[in-house]
Order: sequence, then C-alpha cells, then structure tokens
Amino acid sequence: MTRANATAPAAGTARPGRRRAYGAAPTAVLLLGALYCLFPVAWVLVAATKSRAELFTTSTLLPGTGLLANLADLAAYRDGVFWLWMLNTVLYAGVGALLSTAVSAVSGYALAKFRFPGRGLAFNLLLGGVLVPAVVLAVPQYLLLSKAGLAGTYWSVLLPQILSPYGIYLARVYAAAAIPDALLEAARIDGATEGRLALNVALPLMLPAMVTIFLFQFVAIWTNFLLPFIMLGDDHRFPMTVGLYTMLAAGANQPSLYNLIITGTLLSLIPLVALFLTMQRYWRTDLSSGSVKN
Amino acid sequence: MSPHRPAGARTRRAGAAPYLFLAPAMVLFALFTALPIGYTAYLSLRRTKVSGLGLGKGARKEVFVGLANYATALGDGELWAGWLRVLGYGALVLVVMLGLALLFALLLDTLHVRFARFSRAAIFLPYAVPGVAASLLWGFLYLPGVSPVNDALSALGARVDLLGAGTVTFSMANVAVWGGVGFNMLVLYTTLRAVPREYYEAARIDGASETQIALRIKVPIVTPAIILTTVFSIIATVQVFTEPMTLRPLTNTISTTWSPLMKVYRDAFVTGDLYSAAATAVVIAAISVVLSFGFLRVVRDRAFGEGR
Repeated sequence: MTRANATAPAAGTARPGRRRAYGAAPTAVLLLGALYCLFPVAWVLVAATKSRAELFTTSTLLPGTGLLANLADLAAYRDGVFWLWMLNTVLYAGVGALLSTAVSAVSGYALAKFRFPGRGLAFNLLLGGVLVPAVVLAVPQYLLLSKAGLAGTYWSVLLPQILSPYGIYLARVYAAAAIPDALLEAARIDGATEGRLALNVALPLMLPAMVTIFLFQFVAIWTNFLLPFIMLGDDHRFPMTVGLYTMLAAGANQPSLYNLIITGTLLSLIPLVALFLTMQRYWRTDLSSGSVKN
Repeated sequence: MSPHRPAGARTRRAGAAPYLFLAPAMVLFALFTALPIGYTAYLSLRRTKVSGLGLGKGARKEVFVGLANYATALGDGELWAGWLRVLGYGALVLVVMLGLALLFALLLDTLHVRFARFSRAAIFLPYAVPGVAASLLWGFLYLPGVSPVNDALSALGARVDLLGAGTVTFSMANVAVWGGVGFNMLVLYTTLRAVPREYYEAARIDGASETQIALRIKVPIVTPAIILTTVFSIIATVQVFTEPMTLRPLTNTISTTWSPLMKVYRDAFVTGDLYSAAATAVVIAAISVVLSFGFLRVVRDRAFGEGR
C-alpha cells in the first residue's frame, strides 16, 4: 500500500515542460509499478530455495540451499498429491475453457448474425449472468448437484464454469464486425446449410476471438477458488488453489510446512506465467474497439 | 435448420438455426444460473421446524416462514459489521487500484516512455496469479521473520504488525490491488490506443501540454471504460472471499464472518443453516442487482448503441 500510494502523486506533479525531461518521470513511475508487481514473485523464487532452518534465520533476500530438498519433500507430501492437484487444474481449466469457447462462439454468432424473436432477451439474460454473485450460485449449485449425485465429482467443477457471459459478449461483438453479411448470403444462395455455414465460414473467421475467449476462461477457471472449495471434499480431485489452501490451513500451526507451501506456490505459478508470456499477443481486451472500424 | 426456404424470403427470417446455436448456452443458463437462483430464493423463505425433542421421524420439518430469514439477516449485527468492513476495504481497493490503473495506462500512452513493454508485462503479470497464491505470497511477506518487508520496516525502527487488527484491512486491500491493477490498466490502455493520434496532434499544435492532453482529452475518452471496470470491481469486492479466507490461518484478526460472503459460507457449510445462508446470499445479490442495471445500460449504450 505504501509503495502504491507513493507513486500516485508523482504523475500529477510531472512537469510538462520540455519533451526530453518529460520522459523520465513516466518511465520511473512505470518501473516502480513493475517493481511492485514483480516483487512478491521474486521473493517466492528466493524463499523456495531456502531450507527449513534457513527460512527463518537467513537474510530474506538471499537464496538458500534447500530447493531440491523442498521439491523432494513436496513430491512426497501425502503420496504426491501435489502433482495430482496440478493435473486436475490443467484438466479443469483446459477442458472447461475449450467447452466454454465453443459455447460462447456459436452463441455469439447466433446473437450477432441472426434476427429472431427473443434475441434481445436471450442476450440480456446471458450477459446478466455476469452480475449474479458467485455465492448466490455456488451454494445452491452444490445442493442441486448433490441431489443429482454429482457433488464432489469432476463434473461438479467443470459444468458450472462452461457458461461465460464475458465470452459470449466478446464473441458477439467480434462476430458482428468480422463476418460480412454478404459472405453468409452468398453461401446461402449456393445452398449451404446453416450448420455448414457456421462450421466452415463463420467460426473460422472468429478464430482470433476464440483464442482470446479460451485464454480468459482458462485463467478464470485456473484461479477459481470458491466453486471447487465448495464442491469438492476428496483432496484427490482438488485443483491447485484448494490444495494450497488446505495445506496452509493444516500448516498454520506447524511452520515446518511453510517451506512446502512456499515451494508449492512457486510451482503453481509457473504454468500460468509461461502461458501468459508466450501468448501475450492474444491478451486483447479490445476485440470490439480494434475491429469495429467500418 | 431450414436450408430450403422459398427464395422469396430475402432478408431471411432465421428459422430454427439461431435457436439451435443458442441452445447449449440457454440450457447451461437454465441449469446453472436460473435454477440455482430460484432455489436460493425458495430456501430463503423456509426454515426447519423442530417439534418435540427433535428426535425421530417427522420431528424435523421444513416449513415456509415468509421473510423471517431476511428479518434475521437484516437484524444481524455481525453481518452489518461485515458490510462495514467490506465497504472500507472496497473503497480502498477501488480508489487505489483504479487510480493506479488509470495512471499507468495514461503513462504508457505518453510519447517518451522507456521500457514500456517491460513495465506493461510486469504490471499485468499478477493477473496470472490465482487469488489464493497471491494471498499466500503477500501473507508470507506480512509475516515477521520471513519477510523482507518487515526486515525493512524494523530496520527503519518501525515495528508494525501487518496482520494486526488495525492494519489487516490495508494488507488485504494491497493483495487485491496487486492482483487487479494490471488487468484494469490493460482495459484502459487498449481503449486509449484506439483513439486516433490526430486528436492529440491538434491539441499539441494549440499549445496543450501532455498533462493537459491527458486530463482534458484522454480521461474523458476512457470514462466509459472506467465506469465499466468500476462496476466489475464493485461486484468483485462485494463478494470478497478468497483473500480473507487464505490469510485467516496466518492471523487471528480475521474472523470467520469477516466478509458477508464468509458468513454465507459458514452458515451453509459449518453451522449447517442453509436458510440463513440463502437469505444472506439474496441480500448480497440485491446489492449487486442495483449496480447491474446501470452496468447493462453502459454496455448496451457503448457497444450496441448503433441503433438495433
């Protein structure tokens, strides 16, 4: 907080005088922001290398000698359940985001390119879903899935996260701009069925939007805590977030577990950060503004 | 699907196709949004009635109690205290997070910034860190003994318990700001990038300074985007759960009912009072609904305002 507040006045007072002088202040403020955002990640990188003894005794910014031991301990924790959490997370996020992208894309296409009674209502209902607090949904979802005998299964985490109001919104905006009506009309005159048209003409044109929707939903599911926390009881089905939480809850009174939690946190960051860095050009929130220039 | 419509239907009435395309989304909506909402509303109006000693078959019965659960929820001092805590926390998060996001976006959009790509990526990076992991990272950074933050503070002679009763709200808000500033910055920045550069050139020729351009031209341009991100952030803060839940094992200053959502969780799964949980959940939803209409209006006017 202190760091965050300290940066705020800097820009307000940045003097707009000569161009060259002007560049230094914004650069410095942005670098301070970058430092603030990288600092905890850098710290966990260092802390994960410390052995149990070193964690509380050596200087907090000096690397230790315990990384391999920590990794081995983590791998041995409850018969390697940590790797299972990792695998589960990949499964939930990968399959969930794939299904979500497919549903969003066909919905967005239908909403953007067809005129039919109930269109406005359908869009408002689906988009309104974004405003319903997760809690209003998660608890009754658990109760209803229990009645269906699905609570505690992989399905109970996968199914409620397929519908993505934001994904449908993006797909609709993108489809409206990227699919020319004339192209659809021409294909129809050539006798293409609506199903073929969607699959072979519309959806391929929506591919960039679909990649973006997939990424956003992948991150949303990967980082979700509340839903799996409520749905799951068996730690063999936990995703990473719930697993790390239970580890902390168990280890709060025994600092010997701190090393494992720190190492586990570090490992849990790697896949998403890697995805994030390699796919950077697809992180676009401007699918609408970028393409709706007629 | 009706591919063989008579050629006379020029502007095609769509037939069944759009309904089929929308079917998966609508089925999911019915099962995982509408039905749970209805069920919550139903539960919030009911309560278990115990007759006799509560033993044996039929001694426990679920009965309709009208708005009694709401009366209890609204009269619950702890819940109001939770709202107050979340209000303070939320105000802090919104102002600092969106203020910083706007500041960073405006700075990225100025002419002479070095290392802009690096700074942008670094500030966006926490978006990829789950709330649980972020809370863990900062939680350890708040702990005395393992934290360079505490080292630095005590070197300066300040002994601050970052997880104490007076500071925990700030510490928690910091976790949320850290996690959210990058995403909001990106939303605002992409909005700024879509503005034709000629606007600014014209202003420069008229002698406007960079600060004046930022405040008088750019801020008004991104105002709709700011409203949008604000509403999204309000909805998220009203439901704050992950951060206090994760920091709780590290301190004794966060109660099990610190935020309203934590109370819902406790009622539903710890004390087993589903009916109170449902009523509280509806109250939380009602507060969000007030905002939701404003939000839908913004979205419609902005993205689909082209006369449909």
